[in-house]
Amino acid sequence: MSAAAPVVELKQITKRFPGIVANDSISLTLEKGEIHALLGENGAGKSTLMNIVFGLYQPDEGSIEIGGKPVIIDSPNKAIELGIGMVHQHFKLVDPFTVTENIILGTEPKKGLKIDYKSAAEQVRKLSELYGLQVDPHARIHDISVGMQQRVEIMKTLYRGADILIFDEPTAVLTPQEINELMAIMKRLVAEGKSIILITHKLKEIMTIADRVTIIRRGKVIDTVRTSETNPNDLAEKMVGRGVTFKVDKQPPNIGKAVLKLDGVNSKNKEGISVLNNLSFEVKAGEILGIAGVDGNGQSELIQAITGLRKIDSGSITMEGKEIANLSPRKITEKNVSHIPEDRHKHGLVLDFTVSENMVLETYYRSPYNRNGFMNKDIIDKHAEKLIREFDVRTPSIHTSARSLSGGNQQKAIIAREIEKNPSLLIAAQPTRGLDVGAIEFVQKQLIAQRDQGKAVLLVSFELDEIMNVSDRIAVIYEGHIVGEVYPENTNDQELGLMMAGSLKQGGNSGV
Amino acid sequence: MFKLKKIFATDSYIVPVVAILLGLLVGAAVMLIGGYDPVASYRALFNRVFGSPYDFGEAIREMTPLMLTGLSVAFAFRSGMFNIGADGQVLIGMTAASVIGIKLAGVPTFLLVPLAVIGAGLFGGLWAGIAGYLKAKRGINEVITTIMLNWVALYLANYIVRTFLLIPGQNRSEDIPASMSLTFLNSVFDNARLHWGTVIALAAAVFFYVYLWKTKQGFEMRAVGLNPHAAEYAGMNVGRNIIKSMFIAGVFAGLAGAGEVLGVFHYQSVFAGSPGYGFDGIAVALLGITHPFGVILAAILYGMLTYGSAGMSFDANVPPELIRIVIGSIIFFIAAQGIVRWVLKPFYFKRKKEKVL
Amino acid sequence: MDLLTLGQMLNTTLVFSTALIFAALGGIFSERSGVVNIGLEGLMMFGAFAAAVGGYYAQDAGYETMAPWIGVLCAMAVGMIGSLIHAVASITFKADQTISGTVINFLAAGSTLYLVKLLFEGAGETPLIDGFSKYPIPLLSQIPVLGQGLFNNYPTTYLAIILVVVVYFLLFKTPFGLRLRAVGEHPSAADTLGVNVNRMRYIGVMLSGMLAGIGGATITLTTTGTFAHNTISGQGFIAIAAMIFGKWNPLGAFGAAVFFGFSQAIRNYVQMFGWSQSIPQEFIYMIPYVLTIIVLVSAVGRSSAPSALGQPYDPSKR
Repeated sequence: MSAAAPVVELKQITKRFPGIVANDSISLTLEKGEIHALLGENGAGKSTLMNIVFGLYQPDEGSIEIGGKPVIIDSPNKAIELGIGMVHQHFKLVDPFTVTENIILGTEPKKGLKIDYKSAAEQVRKLSELYGLQVDPHARIHDISVGMQQRVEIMKTLYRGADILIFDEPTAVLTPQEINELMAIMKRLVAEGKSIILITHKLKEIMTIADRVTIIRRGKVIDTVRTSETNPNDLAEKMVGRGVTFKVDKQPPNIGKAVLKLDGVNSKNKEGISVLNNLSFEVKAGEILGIAGVDGNGQSELIQAITGLRKIDSGSITMEGKEIANLSPRKITEKNVSHIPEDRHKHGLVLDFTVSENMVLETYYRSPYNRNGFMNKDIIDKHAEKLIREFDVRTPSIHTSARSLSGGNQQKAIIAREIEKNPSLLIAAQPTRGLDVGAIEFVQKQLIAQRDQGKAVLLVSFELDEIMNVSDRIAVIYEGHIVGEVYPENTNDQELGLMMAGSLKQGGNSGV
Repeated sequence: MFKLKKIFATDSYIVPVVAILLGLLVGAAVMLIGGYDPVASYRALFNRVFGSPYDFGEAIREMTPLMLTGLSVAFAFRSGMFNIGADGQVLIGMTAASVIGIKLAGVPTFLLVPLAVIGAGLFGGLWAGIAGYLKAKRGINEVITTIMLNWVALYLANYIVRTFLLIPGQNRSEDIPASMSLTFLNSVFDNARLHWGTVIALAAAVFFYVYLWKTKQGFEMRAVGLNPHAAEYAGMNVGRNIIKSMFIAGVFAGLAGAGEVLGVFHYQSVFAGSPGYGFDGIAVALLGITHPFGVILAAILYGMLTYGSAGMSFDANVPPELIRIVIGSIIFFIAAQGIVRWVLKPFYFKRKKEKVL
Repeated sequence: MDLLTLGQMLNTTLVFSTALIFAALGGIFSERSGVVNIGLEGLMMFGAFAAAVGGYYAQDAGYETMAPWIGVLCAMAVGMIGSLIHAVASITFKADQTISGTVINFLAAGSTLYLVKLLFEGAGETPLIDGFSKYPIPLLSQIPVLGQGLFNNYPTTYLAIILVVVVYFLLFKTPFGLRLRAVGEHPSAADTLGVNVNRMRYIGVMLSGMLAGIGGATITLTTTGTFAHNTISGQGFIAIAAMIFGKWNPLGAFGAAVFFGFSQAIRNYVQMFGWSQSIPQEFIYMIPYVLTIIVLVSAVGRSSAPSALGQPYDPSKR
């Protein structure tokens, strides 16, 4: 290690929010040309720390040094000035704008009064070539793939001359192949003299690419180690604070008759573009079918079609032999379909309703909750009491608004409500997104328990690990079409990745 | 008791109260700038309202349509709709009541009056339902449609009065035989124009409360208002709820119209421009934090201010439009609660601190 | 209908469109930055009032030729001040933008009439002023029909048309426009690149106040000559409809404003046709309003609205 001062040095950063200490005296150094991973669970304080470095928050205590000089970063502008760039997890891209417009926003080159788009696009093209990013400067964001969008995010920082790049959970939405490409890009960036902080909770990536890793748990630094001197199990234990296997315990499935059957389903969106394209599969009683795919390949539309939220143009959807296509959501719910929606805040809960009210969000109109048109409050409350006890939903009271619950407890409340309906089919869309390890284990166990009771479970997830660990069978969706079905024990990430990218049909020798 | 304590422990009522005080202060400042004496003016205002049984009765008369239009706006608000169209709904209600009251004059009174009132509510509801339908089925912003429908209602009402009900040579309809007046109170209130509409308004507030918080349909409507996406996922018909809530809101406004023509004027004029009931209703609804009982209190306050403003203009020579500035400011402070909280900060600081510890 | 009438009709259409063009352009600035501006009606009222009062005092002081322009300047200033209330409430204090806009309409209706009574001894309207006169453009105004229709008009009308192009250029060709649109589409993207979201929104809202103010001024200075409670009767809301129909684009809004202007001009001309005698006048009055609804039913919904429209920007949620 050279004697030069570290590129970034954080000294005992503390940040408090009402009720919690998000960062508790965190110290961290980033050396020049290093990839330094920041590992921690959801809510451990990684994002808060990086938002401090990027000037979005101010630390309550502690100091920051850049290249050995103490600095105060009080705005993103200041961070940019200091050569810090951030690649956000949720891309900060203006959809209707072009790549160039997104990159130059805020520092536009001018010719007279006008923006000099010509030289801007030229500069973007040059940068793209230098780092091998292959980005079309004139494409509009909503027309390019997620992987490309991420490169635009990277270019935004490079365009501003960033030497220190922060990547916030960059692989969450990428296929395995795209992840490999990203890793290559990161290596090239480091080779060009940049330094990188990589925020992630994925151990595999850290072991592949990072030089050192700092583990944070509940706002505190647990350890900083070289990746060459550690192993995934060790890291996992440090992250969670106890031994974790990351293997899901389950018995072999006891598969019964088909419960849900889709046959040749087609659906178009408002613009007339086909979003579900001759889509067919079935889910049987006692099995978990995992739908693997990159975000935006028709997963949401598929679930909407099954649950009655989207009209289909042709094809059939049957539930236990009865046609349910284009029925109303209520009619379909009454055919024993339960649904844990992807976006729990938007679709799963009325956040300003009480926990008790949310527990009957779908069943309020039935007896005994509804008595001659009036709500039977006592029975509704007893029902809620029972559910929060059985599913261990942590809430001060059933009369607390759902908004004030933690993400994990909100998800538990939804799962309680959906399972309690005793469905034949349980649809779970991204059920573990944004949850900590404890809550993830809980959710996955519940899904397996349902399957063991002979329910059909349809799991949609962008997390390949989850698909591989939980599913009994995997269907890969690409551009609204099932391109192949495989068994998890006969496939691997690479094969699934190729299928997810549409470049491989019906997984080679492992097909169903 | 616990519940009552809870209501008063939250700051939901503090903000409106402080906003009212701030609004009155703005009014006082505007009067000072205009060279008027605010103390004398406000005194004149209150003297007018409480000065005589007649004036007090008339103040109640003034409050009645405010209650109903306020409930109308508030009810729609609860399902996520901003009903700026109460004005047109009042006009349509008025016209329906006038047409029924005049054209069916042969029907016995005990049937005719309810018929006219029901007709007013029904047509007011259907008129509002148009905006609800357009929102539910075509996704068209109800703010614009209700405003446009106000103008259409104005001209439609004028057309009907002018063509079918007019006294030749005058700009008003014939007298309406059906009457909602509370004539037995005439001796108490010195012939102030009190009518059954006030009772209907109070009943409407109770209905509002029970419907929204105690019934199955109200549960749905609140869910749709708070999160239409989750409501749709839970199997509720969002569009139908929007139409239904606009219909009920329109019924409230239509009933206000019935009270005005059957209880106050006993005829309907040809209007030169918008009578402004609906805009007052928006103020009342926001002032009453869209809670039915809050709306009633807000209508009482607003009615006092507007009725008293005539006294202010008469005794202290202050233009009555001042009251609009006061009310506009009150809503401003309620909408921008941050300002009120900022004003209250010194008082709050202690309490919040204790809470954290 | 002869050609002369056609020219006149075109002319009247533009006169009625002028106020709508200004206000709709104003609406575009505000809404492109992400702030709903239902207060255009009130802002036009502020402008109409300020123009009438400013024009009157200027005329009174002997600046006859300058008076209407002084009126316009007053309208710009008062419109901006009025919009500042909306900006403070909805941007700084994160009030509901629709409610805050409604407040503007309330305050405008109350304060303008209060001031009229205060300034003119209790009168219900301002004293009549001369306002602008039509300025025929040399040569061009000699063209048959079109000359009379397009090139023999009020200076404000020419200004409005020039402004359409200027606003288009500003929005789509300059850094200011790029930032304003970014703030309305994805405020946190703009924020992380160092664009000050709230400042852009303040500018957007205040430009809308300025332009809506001019729009209101054109009504007193070219049509009514005085300001009263009914001078602005729904024009602001029709301007909003024009903005939506024009898909938040200056050129589209211009087209829509002319369309609505035409539907108002029709009133004055429809009587010339024999068949119109059988139509009650009220139905003719309804035309612009019914047309607005029909247009909205047939036009695109919110799909082309700025994505962040109506949402206060809360940096802690980025």
